[in-house]
Amino acid sequence: MLAFLTQRLLQVIPTLILVSMLIFGLQQLLPGDPALIMAGEERDPAVLEEIRQQYRLNEPIPVQYFYWVKGVLSGNLGESMRLKSSVASLVAEKLPVTLQLAAMAIVIALGIGIPAGIVSAVKKDTAWDYGANIFALWGISTPNFWLGILMIFLFSVTLAWLPASGYVRLGEDWRASLATTIMPAFVLGNAIAAILMRHTRSAMLQAMGADYVRTARAKGLVERRVVLKHALRNAMTPVITLGALEFGTLLSGAVLTEQIFTIPGFGKLIVDAVFNRDYAVVQGVVLVTASTYIALNLLADVAYVLVNPRLRG
Amino acid sequence: MKNGLKRLALAFALSTLAAGGAAAQSHLRIGLAEDPDVLDPTLARTYVGRIVFASICDKLFDIDEKLNIVPQLALGHETSADGKEVTIKLRPGVKFHDGEAFTAEAAKYSLERHLTMKGSFRKPELGSVDKVEIVDPTTIKLVLKEPFSPLLAQLTDRAGMMVSPKAAEAAGDKFGLKPVCAGPFKFVERVQQDRIVVEKFADYWNKDQVFIDKVTFLPIVDGTVRLANLRSGGLDMIERVLATDIKTVRDNPKLKLTKAVSLGYMGLTMNLANGPKANNPLGKDARVRRAFELSIDRDALNQVVFNGEFVPGNQWVNPTNSYYQQAFPVPKRDVAKAKALLKEAGVTGPIALDFMVPNGPETRAVAEVVQSMAAEAGFDLKIRVTEFATSLKQGEDGDFQVYLIGWSGRSDPDGNSFVFQTCGAPQNNGKYCDKEVDAAHAEARAKSDPAVRKKAYETVARKFLADGQIIYLYHPQVLVALSDKVDGYRQMPDGLVRVVGVKLK
Repeated sequence: MLAFLTQRLLQVIPTLILVSMLIFGLQQLLPGDPALIMAGEERDPAVLEEIRQQYRLNEPIPVQYFYWVKGVLSGNLGESMRLKSSVASLVAEKLPVTLQLAAMAIVIALGIGIPAGIVSAVKKDTAWDYGANIFALWGISTPNFWLGILMIFLFSVTLAWLPASGYVRLGEDWRASLATTIMPAFVLGNAIAAILMRHTRSAMLQAMGADYVRTARAKGLVERRVVLKHALRNAMTPVITLGALEFGTLLSGAVLTEQIFTIPGFGKLIVDAVFNRDYAVVQGVVLVTASTYIALNLLADVAYVLVNPRLRG
Repeated sequence: MKNGLKRLALAFALSTLAAGGAAAQSHLRIGLAEDPDVLDPTLARTYVGRIVFASICDKLFDIDEKLNIVPQLALGHETSADGKEVTIKLRPGVKFHDGEAFTAEAAKYSLERHLTMKGSFRKPELGSVDKVEIVDPTTIKLVLKEPFSPLLAQLTDRAGMMVSPKAAEAAGDKFGLKPVCAGPFKFVERVQQDRIVVEKFADYWNKDQVFIDKVTFLPIVDGTVRLANLRSGGLDMIERVLATDIKTVRDNPKLKLTKAVSLGYMGLTMNLANGPKANNPLGKDARVRRAFELSIDRDALNQVVFNGEFVPGNQWVNPTNSYYQQAFPVPKRDVAKAKALLKEAGVTGPIALDFMVPNGPETRAVAEVVQSMAAEAGFDLKIRVTEFATSLKQGEDGDFQVYLIGWSGRSDPDGNSFVFQTCGAPQNNGKYCDKEVDAAHAEARAKSDPAVRKKAYETVARKFLADGQIIYLYHPQVLVALSDKVDGYRQMPDGLVRVVGVKLK
């Protein structure tokens, strides 16, 4: 086990180096001059030159990369050119927001997707099945921004039940916080629910035809128990994996949904940073998300090994 | 029945949630179209940031509806006969948000910070200032390198904002994270891309005119969502209402719309001498550019894209501005004359042109209308929609033949023209250069008599407009929509939101 862990940890190092080089290299391909964008309408050549020097934009890319890595290794993710605040503080500010939104969205997705999948598998070729499929098709094909705007018009403008946009921290006022995040969480969760429903349905159909289900029925178990205990348990593995993957994607921020509902999460942070060529912020956020992904992956590997002794080798 | 109950329960649950977010009294919530940049008057450069500054940082001078310069933290000024010394009398008894007194020393500190701080965007604006002297505790004197009449106008904007020397010294270049100025509201907190909160400053010099306890600025980029928030009561005021939403606002009895012709413009910049792309009949022959202009119907453009709400224009200031040259009115469309001019210039067949258009629904619509109008005269515009930041760089590099680009506008005509029209100026993307125009601009800068300046700008207009380097198209309207609960709001042409004097019913 120790050897396995050491080996996996050693693999993480080159991965991180490669990721950091990719992040740094790719954004240099973006057209546009960060100093010029930062200056906006105030384009004085002398001031532009000062900014280029201040942020080392005139140095060769490998030198810039060296300074960045040096900073990161000493715990300094850099400073936002546009906002003058540290990237670490920006990340710390946005991470709880994104976590909250992602968690709510995944709860909604699981809450809708799995029951719908079970029902449509158990009641195959009935109105229930068709209904669930239509829902899934709708969920997958409705663009987030469209659903978002429609919900705003219904729940905020017409019914005045929910605030149209904005965000309140959980710790500040939990009710207001839920009110501001329920719509974006539903928009995000709805799309994932549709995917989960399709996967649950096919996994359940497969399980329902398996020998052990037939055995369970032959034992005289009630159908409810057969479905929920025997079939569902076995069908859940791929669905949970998919759910975890979707959760990982949610953590990197939901650009359009955050934009529509003005949720100050990772998605909005990174999009604004890209448009403003605020390199330090783009680098910092992508590095943090990539590291989280790698760490989660590592944890998953360790968990598999713990569960399945055959993998220990 | 059961369903009905469920629905009722859901409605109740949701409305309880919503009640949690209800606003306190005398709390004004303003929807901004963008997230402001750093809140340091020396380092800031976005238009939207100026809207926030209008609440927290007072300036030496301000403008009124007619663009007259009026005192704010200053009481008045006097310019010496040779125009090289400006003495400014300061308002006594003013305090910064940290309780420090606003004195001549503090004013000198603020101006010198603008002039010397690394990365200061105010340097070019105050470039004419040689040094700042203290005359007495409430008087400063600006000693200029040469006479510069637009200086006072600069002091009505960020260059005239005063910061607390104590706070600025302590914070260094992080001052923008917690600005300390002498405006009607003091900074409370900022969550990036979410909100900026400011509260009433009890020791404000004009506190009797402040009726709002707290202001929250919420950046909401999407225009439709911004309006939806205003309609749902989540906001009290929004800036930059889309021209296409004007009807929705007017039809809603609970909303009000305020308008003012903006100081800015939208125009077409022609590449005259910036790199190889300038080598075409449009770049080389003023008659071709004149033909281009004659192919455009500015009224029709305004009707089609902006429901006729904007103001067609042909100069760098709008037709209501006192510096507008009446002798050069907006030209009418004349396709026959345009074709004749092209023939005279020896152009045969359609001229294919690379037309760079920064991405945006309104800019794209304008570009398409211009494209179809110009096509009738024989111009084949190839619209190239480009991300804004990329277009800035390509504009600078001369990678365009026609560039649709606007300017947010300044109160002094110099701010709308000098950097675009003079030889080698930073925003002169088409590399236009004319000695007569340069000389007239220098004259307009040196003289402070408005009549003399207007005469100098007439020379600029005669030459520059005929040369067709920039074809000015229209002047946007500053559109701010308010809830009917907001009272006493006056819209200034600079588009900024001034909360002093505003009441919430």
